[in-house]
Amino acid sequence: MASSEEDGTVEEKENNNKRRTKSALATAWLTFYNIAMTAGWLVLAIAMMRFYIQKGTRKGLYRSIARTLKFFQTFALVEVGHCAFGIVKTSVIVTGVQVCSRIFMVWFITNSIRQIQNEESVILFLVVWTMTEITRYSYYTFNLLHLLPYFIKWARYNLFIILYPLGVAGELLTIYAALPFVRRSGMYSMRLPNKYNVSFDYYYCLIVFMLSYIPLFPQLFLHMLRQRRRVLHGEVIVEKDD
Amino acid sequence: MKHYEVEILDAKTKDKLCFLDKVEPNATIGEIKSMFHKSHPQWYPARQSIRLDPKGKSLKDEDVLQHLPVGTTATFYFRDLGAQISWVTVFLTEYMGPLVLYLMFYFRVPFIYAPKYDFTTSKHWVVHLACMCHSFHFAKRLLETLFVHRFSHGTMPLRNIFKNCTYYWGFAAWMAYYINHPLYTPPIYGEQQIRLALIIFLFCQIGNFSIHIALRNLRPPGSKTRKIPYPTKNPFTWIFLLVSCPNYTYELGAWFGFTLMTQCLPVAFFTLVGFIQMTVWAKGKHRSYLKEFRDYPPLRSPILPFIL
Repeated sequence: MASSEEDGTVEEKENNNKRRTKSALATAWLTFYNIAMTAGWLVLAIAMMRFYIQKGTRKGLYRSIARTLKFFQTFALVEVGHCAFGIVKTSVIVTGVQVCSRIFMVWFITNSIRQIQNEESVILFLVVWTMTEITRYSYYTFNLLHLLPYFIKWARYNLFIILYPLGVAGELLTIYAALPFVRRSGMYSMRLPNKYNVSFDYYYCLIVFMLSYIPLFPQLFLHMLRQRRRVLHGEVIVEKDD
Repeated sequence: MKHYEVEILDAKTKDKLCFLDKVEPNATIGEIKSMFHKSHPQWYPARQSIRLDPKGKSLKDEDVLQHLPVGTTATFYFRDLGAQISWVTVFLTEYMGPLVLYLMFYFRVPFIYAPKYDFTTSKHWVVHLACMCHSFHFAKRLLETLFVHRFSHGTMPLRNIFKNCTYYWGFAAWMAYYINHPLYTPPIYGEQQIRLALIIFLFCQIGNFSIHIALRNLRPPGSKTRKIPYPTKNPFTWIFLLVSCPNYTYELGAWFGFTLMTQCLPVAFFTLVGFIQMTVWAKGKHRSYLKEFRDYPPLRSPILPFIL
């Protein structure tokens, strides 16, 4: 019947409109988010440079940017949500692992173990992180606005080759430096006997965490290399079937 | 009798892998798989997935050639499922581990605790009780695998045995370590707590076993038929009125009882993880019941009455 046919197409149009507004909303949010994050990490980079130029030392540098770092790095958790809700086409697990390792470093290492805050390795990974994040977020921003300059694309898919290993080195050295302080203070640890009949040794947990870089880092690095080949050279990579 | 011709193509590359002529119309997919195996000995029937469409669902072994929507020259697509291992083998291996490992911790075999505790026994009677319950649970599982369960699928991918054994053996070692530890702390509410926990545990073990027997009786030996399970004369099966997968409900209850009995956080974790996994399975099973049977009782929930 003619009228029901019309109803059918009206419903279809309504659904299409809903989908279009949802994706317009998603794009608007993502654009705002990426601009905000680019700005945040730029602020961090500038604050770090200013501190070093004014004070001439790295002592106290971490403390001066700690709050800003914690805010912007923690906020990155929403990216896991982006993947989970499908507005960004990346694996939830890959994003989850990367964000969680950052959160772990910021909150459970540098924030809680004061004695290592002035280590060189901390400066190393902070510099690497700021460079990586500024490149990454500005890449996303320009991409969403369809105005991507080639040098940003180049930077995003080439700088990681040096930055990634350097960042890992900075992180691992920092944790290694923290180990004796963790052992001495017994922080975040629980010993027997207790009424929950469980024990936890943060010292050994950190060692396991460091060892986990061995299987995880190559996988993430290779993932980036595959992305690089696809984006820069247009190669079609066939992922392993499961 | 008109004979069929069967060609089997690779689902991904579309290469022609096998051509069979003079195939009987009443040949089953299972028989075709055996014929395919002869020309490709590395792909035994259990690892063959034969389908009508490269991206479609696998055909069942029981499907008969002439009842399929194919012409006299049938084209099938093949996908390699990878190395397979039988369900029975996986179950036996994954359950044997916890049984043996727990006992090693119970008897305080050397190199686990400090040397002065080697081969000693705990002074808390709840630790002995816990050992009996844990061992009984896994012995029951092993016996059910051998004598009670009727499996729909013969095999699963080989990598599952490593995944499953890591899970079961890992958790068993983790909880056994603390329960049998020389510094173990018995439950706060003492005998009351332990008695209540034991009652819950035993009730759920009997319940779980009753459900397994009821499900077994739904299916004649050697068949793969699926029917709606209903309550039987056994009161432990009356839970079928409210739940689709009461075997999981009782399993959850048993581990909850064991958690209460031992008051051990690793046991609580194991119970929680098991609960999440069983809920996923129960929801899937519930959904396939609803899809397959028009008259499926509407009052039933997947795993927890009225809740989940």
